[in-house]
Amino acid sequence: MSSRMRNILIPIIAVLLGVLVGTIIMVVSGYDAIAGFQALWNGAFGDIYFTGEVVRQVTPYILAGLAVAFAFRTGLFNIGVEGQLIVGWVAAVWVGVSFDLPKIIHLPLAILAAAVAGALWAFIPGYLKAKFRVHEVIVTIMLNYTALHITNQFIRTVLSEGKERSENIADTASLRSPFFENLTEYSRMHWGIFIAIICAIIMWFILEKTTRGFELRAVGFNEHASQYAGMNVKKNIILSMVISGTFAGLAGAMEGLGTFGYTAIKGGFTGVGFDGIAVALLGANTAIGVVLAAILFGSLKVGALNMPLEAGIPNELVDIIIALIIFFVASSYIIRWFIDRISKKGAK
Amino acid sequence: MGLMDILLIIIPSTLLWASPLILTALGGIFSERSGVINIGLEGLMVIGAFSAIVFNLSTVSVLGEWTPWVALLVAALAGALFSTIHAVASITFRADHTVSGVAINLLAVGVTLFLVKLIYDKGQTDIIQKGFRKIDVPILSDIPFIGPLFFSNTYWTSYFAIAIAIIAWFVVFKTPFGLRLRSTGEHPMAADTMGINVTKMRYIGVLLSGALGGLGGAVYAQSISSDFSHATISGQGFMALAAMIFGKWHPLGAMGAAIFFGFAQSLSIIGNSLPFLENVPNVYLLVAPYILTILALTGFIGRADAPKSIGTHYIKGSR
Repeated sequence: MSSRMRNILIPIIAVLLGVLVGTIIMVVSGYDAIAGFQALWNGAFGDIYFTGEVVRQVTPYILAGLAVAFAFRTGLFNIGVEGQLIVGWVAAVWVGVSFDLPKIIHLPLAILAAAVAGALWAFIPGYLKAKFRVHEVIVTIMLNYTALHITNQFIRTVLSEGKERSENIADTASLRSPFFENLTEYSRMHWGIFIAIICAIIMWFILEKTTRGFELRAVGFNEHASQYAGMNVKKNIILSMVISGTFAGLAGAMEGLGTFGYTAIKGGFTGVGFDGIAVALLGANTAIGVVLAAILFGSLKVGALNMPLEAGIPNELVDIIIALIIFFVASSYIIRWFIDRISKKGAK
Repeated sequence: MGLMDILLIIIPSTLLWASPLILTALGGIFSERSGVINIGLEGLMVIGAFSAIVFNLSTVSVLGEWTPWVALLVAALAGALFSTIHAVASITFRADHTVSGVAINLLAVGVTLFLVKLIYDKGQTDIIQKGFRKIDVPILSDIPFIGPLFFSNTYWTSYFAIAIAIIAWFVVFKTPFGLRLRSTGEHPMAADTMGINVTKMRYIGVLLSGALGGLGGAVYAQSISSDFSHATISGQGFMALAAMIFGKWHPLGAMGAAIFFGFAQSLSIIGNSLPFLENVPNVYLLVAPYILTILALTGFIGRADAPKSIGTHYIKGSR
């Protein structure tokens, strides 16, 4: 079996295994699995409103997935997407509430602020990795919590006077789309989906069509060989984290300028950044794979909200399925081994 | 308010918040010393907290005063059981340790909230009747000065956690088992050559981290939160991870770091009642553990180096 076929087969098998175990859990818990999946489907595509909500959810998932995937391609594991997303969200809202500008300037400025905030937040682990060889996983985890507490403080002091949430952003900074809202019976679908797709194309272009992208991937494959070939490994590591953080910051802008239009004090994480890890893994860290995986996970997440209503099944079932899919993709060694066994038998 | 009064508030509160961190950080040490990265500590704490609360609620009428202690045991078993998923994925199936850890965290939250809704038909459990209570240690609390500071108004679990830390130090550094565990994390091939079963040692390391993480979660749930919901464990596991690193993968170092982080956490909660902290925003205390950990890794506060072969897969016969 060709390696290309195998690379496509593994995520599909992982998803099927995840769904299978999910089904078993439903049956063992005494729920009607068929009704469960029906409710899941209806919750995502049964109504144009739900489909609009799916697109709304897919938008930040694509960007968070791209962020994780881009860093992965350079051999870096950016668990900090969550933190970069939060600072991006708050930065976008900050610009959104504090300026009075025409839309053509205000909206791009707010989006830019989110991108810069995310990029700066990701620059820290990139720099520490390049300069001090500190592992980026730990630094990004620590920065997630730092971001959470600092932005909460920022919302309390700068964006409001001791309140729980900021003002709503000005209309001139909003990504909200009356056109999509009419189309989808007033779901929260917004223009951001185009930004997400453009970013996916940008990622593909950078990695596959530019010299810089070749260098980034080379560092991911073999740091030392890249060094001997005359590439500046440190610079590439920092650059990769910064681009990754830019995507993550933009994901925050989607929430701040599109879905919610404000920001509020958070007791915990949004979860989008961590789901981005699942999206990137399932999408095999490619741009097109990330978009497809984001559509799958976005549909699952939104559809899940209908499961308690229509089938009486807790929506956490979908979280379990997503976690299992990560396990199965991560354990691809064993799936690969099985595929090889089976295809060898077929050849005899 | 005199210094003594302030210390009387701060010390017991610090030990209360530190004990779950100490236990969980020790779990991280066993796993990472054997060479398996474990960022699933948060998830293991979730499992421990959940199983302790559910066990406590359902058996309190039978076990009475002993319920929280038996619940600790149950939580340790549940944590160990759950961590086998991480062990199988990252040791046998050669999954990326970090990815598997992320999945453990997501899975733990999903499974426990699913079960809470299945069992109780609502988003959170009831509040337990018999948790860990404040106690005065007999005899020791009568010692002047030291007694009121360290042995009054405190919890048995604080001493339990410190005792486990000392035991863990002994096991890791003074027993043949500990030497073997450390050698598989530093140089698995050399360990294998000397006849040590690397896979077995790593499984033991991960299972111990599951048991200790479960204990940490159970202590937290039964002495601080008293119920289980999605917000019960929110970041304590990662803070324990930070304590492990800040303590340089050494049981006593991790204990010290955990006590310090517990101090920062408790200050951020009781700080408003202390005169000199009234005007210090909580945010500095809340982020201190994380910033300090980054500084420690960077080498500004004595460099912290992980075990050499951490995060790698040992495949027999490969060089």
